[in-house]
Amino acid sequence: MALDGNLQQLVFGRLTFEAIPIHEPILVGTFAVVALIGVAVLAAITRYRLWGYLWNEWFTSVDHKKIGIMYIILALVMFLRGLADALMLRLHQAMASGGGEGYLTPHHYDQIFTAHGVIMIFFVAMPLVTGLMNYVMPLQIGARDVAFPFLNNFSFWMTTSGAVLVMMSLFVGEFAQTGWLAYPPLSGIDASPWVGVDYYLWSLQIAGVGTTLSGINLIVTIVKMRCPGMTYMRMPVFTWTSLCTNILIVATFPVLTAVLALLALDRYVGTHFFTNDGGGNPMMYVNLIWIWGHPEVYILVLPAFGIFSEVVSTFSGKRLFGYKSMVYATAAIMILSYLVWLHHFFTMGSGATVNTFFGITTMIISIPTGAKIFNWLFTMYRGRIRFDVPMMWTVGFMLTFVIGGMTGVLLAVPPADFVLHNSLFLVAHFHNTIIGGVVFGLFAGIVYWFPKAFGFKADPFWGKVSFWCWQIGFWVAFMPIYILGLMGITRRISQFEDTSLNIFFVTAALGALLILFGTLAFVAQFAVGYLRRKQPAYADATGDPWNGRTLEWAVSSPPPAYNFAFTPVVHDLDAWWDMKERGYARPLTGFRPVHMPHYTGTGIILSALSLVLGFALIWHIWWLSAMSFAAIIVAAIAHTFNYDRDYYIPAGEVAATEAARTQLLAGKVAS
Amino acid sequence: MSAHSHDAAVHRHESGEAHGTVGGYVTGFLLSAILTVIPFWLVMSGALGSTTLTAIAVLGLGVAQIVVQMVYFLHMSRRSEGGWTLMAFVFTAIIIFIAVIGSIWVMNHLHDHMMPEMTAEDARALP
Repeated sequence: MALDGNLQQLVFGRLTFEAIPIHEPILVGTFAVVALIGVAVLAAITRYRLWGYLWNEWFTSVDHKKIGIMYIILALVMFLRGLADALMLRLHQAMASGGGEGYLTPHHYDQIFTAHGVIMIFFVAMPLVTGLMNYVMPLQIGARDVAFPFLNNFSFWMTTSGAVLVMMSLFVGEFAQTGWLAYPPLSGIDASPWVGVDYYLWSLQIAGVGTTLSGINLIVTIVKMRCPGMTYMRMPVFTWTSLCTNILIVATFPVLTAVLALLALDRYVGTHFFTNDGGGNPMMYVNLIWIWGHPEVYILVLPAFGIFSEVVSTFSGKRLFGYKSMVYATAAIMILSYLVWLHHFFTMGSGATVNTFFGITTMIISIPTGAKIFNWLFTMYRGRIRFDVPMMWTVGFMLTFVIGGMTGVLLAVPPADFVLHNSLFLVAHFHNTIIGGVVFGLFAGIVYWFPKAFGFKADPFWGKVSFWCWQIGFWVAFMPIYILGLMGITRRISQFEDTSLNIFFVTAALGALLILFGTLAFVAQFAVGYLRRKQPAYADATGDPWNGRTLEWAVSSPPPAYNFAFTPVVHDLDAWWDMKERGYARPLTGFRPVHMPHYTGTGIILSALSLVLGFALIWHIWWLSAMSFAAIIVAAIAHTFNYDRDYYIPAGEVAATEAARTQLLAGKVAS
Repeated sequence: MSAHSHDAAVHRHESGEAHGTVGGYVTGFLLSAILTVIPFWLVMSGALGSTTLTAIAVLGLGVAQIVVQMVYFLHMSRRSEGGWTLMAFVFTAIIIFIAVIGSIWVMNHLHDHMMPEMTAEDARALP
């Protein structure tokens, strides 16, 4: 490279050939595998001429159902990455505690645990939650789409851009080595001078735009687009929890955006918000990020609670016990989740009054959660329970989550927290609640609504294999971690002097391996279901495979683009159950044209430009930052001149679609 | 479960947006203008004497102006959007109150528990 140094810096910023980690054999190997799979996938898409189909039917889609599915696919892909990180960490710990040094350098190890946390929360749990809400909620309230269909597509692609940016850090530069919340001063420019923290900042900022916008979108949908008769107290519980979750998103994500922006200012222009000197205070960062961070865990778990409510009631064949208390408990959690943030840093040095206040609020918030558990139990009581796969996840959740909740209350006692803070006990606790609560819930939801989305059931055998591997794997993986934490082992360390710890880390690694099998079986259940989709046990001709209770089961599986040919009218909670009880007959005539939004590629273009902007900012390529930013503004303004936004599905086409369903219901054609 | 047929009069929640009137906008504008002029006058003339008192008065008038603008320009009332605008506002206010007051309380406490003679220069010299 004979480029003049200054010119090179002007053109490429900090980006040099040294940024590509060819000296790390693990990363080179990973890159080779990723590149191989990537080329194979791209070649297959080209070979089968799927580019046009993908672009026209999926990427540019504003249909909430397709966007929901794309969110879930994104989350599952990122889940494989996050799980691979977890396995690498556990393998390293098993090796390093056995007298060796392990196979990861500290620099690499630190990046992996940071990436694991960031990916699992922001790019697995969040897209799964948003995806399920996107798919299910409009169907549950009898709506044809979300309130702002284009915004929905844009939100999805912004989240994807953030995920792509995190993945790029694997092969270009480095990721943060700071832990998933990037506390300063470690994340400040002095301690982390290179690009890792910048990848962290910009990927979260870009994804955060998507999350906030989809939060607004879904709130407006629930408030404004419920079908006639669906008062607030007749909304399905999943819709209620979606509403509360999205309110939390809209109220708290701006805090995250602001605090990350302040950290970015510290790093880019030399301000002193969170530095040790110049009047800054790193503790303010910790305070602010947990004002977002604690509501965030309820953002994740409330929709899971909603899913459990739907599943328990459906598979027990009963109306949900204590619907009203469920709603009020959800709303109470929504408010209380703002009052507990300090329990994440009891040890930072506040006095007894502050710690006592937040300790007590933390214990109080477990009360509505406990009430929910009793509601589910009483729903099952004397129910005609069917142990299908979603119900198994739900029962597994109740057993697992209660333990996680109790260790949480233990940690809420400030003196106990002083012993356990930042120990592996804490790590075991939050994995206990997030795996036992969020992951089990979202998996239950995916299996439960899978036949709705695709028209056939996932394979129950592999579903059960997945459940048992996860359930047992979780306990094997995290009980040793609890014990290690009680013995005083802290989190995020890569070297262990004491070889007597080895047996615990080895056990934990074996548990993680079981979880890997569970994940593979989870994917296998859909593949096997697909292969057997024509068999009567799998095909869903009725649109109501589980004898469901809420409106999404009133339409065909998969639902038509317009969801409901006629807007349903609701007379009771559990609207579809009520309609079945009354002998509801599908209208077969009198169809009218359906007003629909056009697909548009603007969302994907804006997000791609944002990705370029993020990359340019990370590498200090200022000319590219300016140009991509200008391009975003121009593209957004240009989109406002696009007046060709809607069209009508002709009445004849609606009639034909519905007639096909009539045929299917009568069993005249095979699905 | 079909016993619930008494609600045959199923109706969509009429939750119309509140629309402003010219009179409302004019009133809002005049009130805003007055509430802006008074603080300027207070500061420039020093009529209240004490700076603290002036600052409190300016803040109070600022809050009054926020209310005026919300009522007359954002049409916030218990009726508009079926009460959602007001409820959203109250919720936002509570959250901001918790975050701001809570942060001040927490950070103040932390400050009190710092080593008393530690200065910014000392902090910089820390390893």
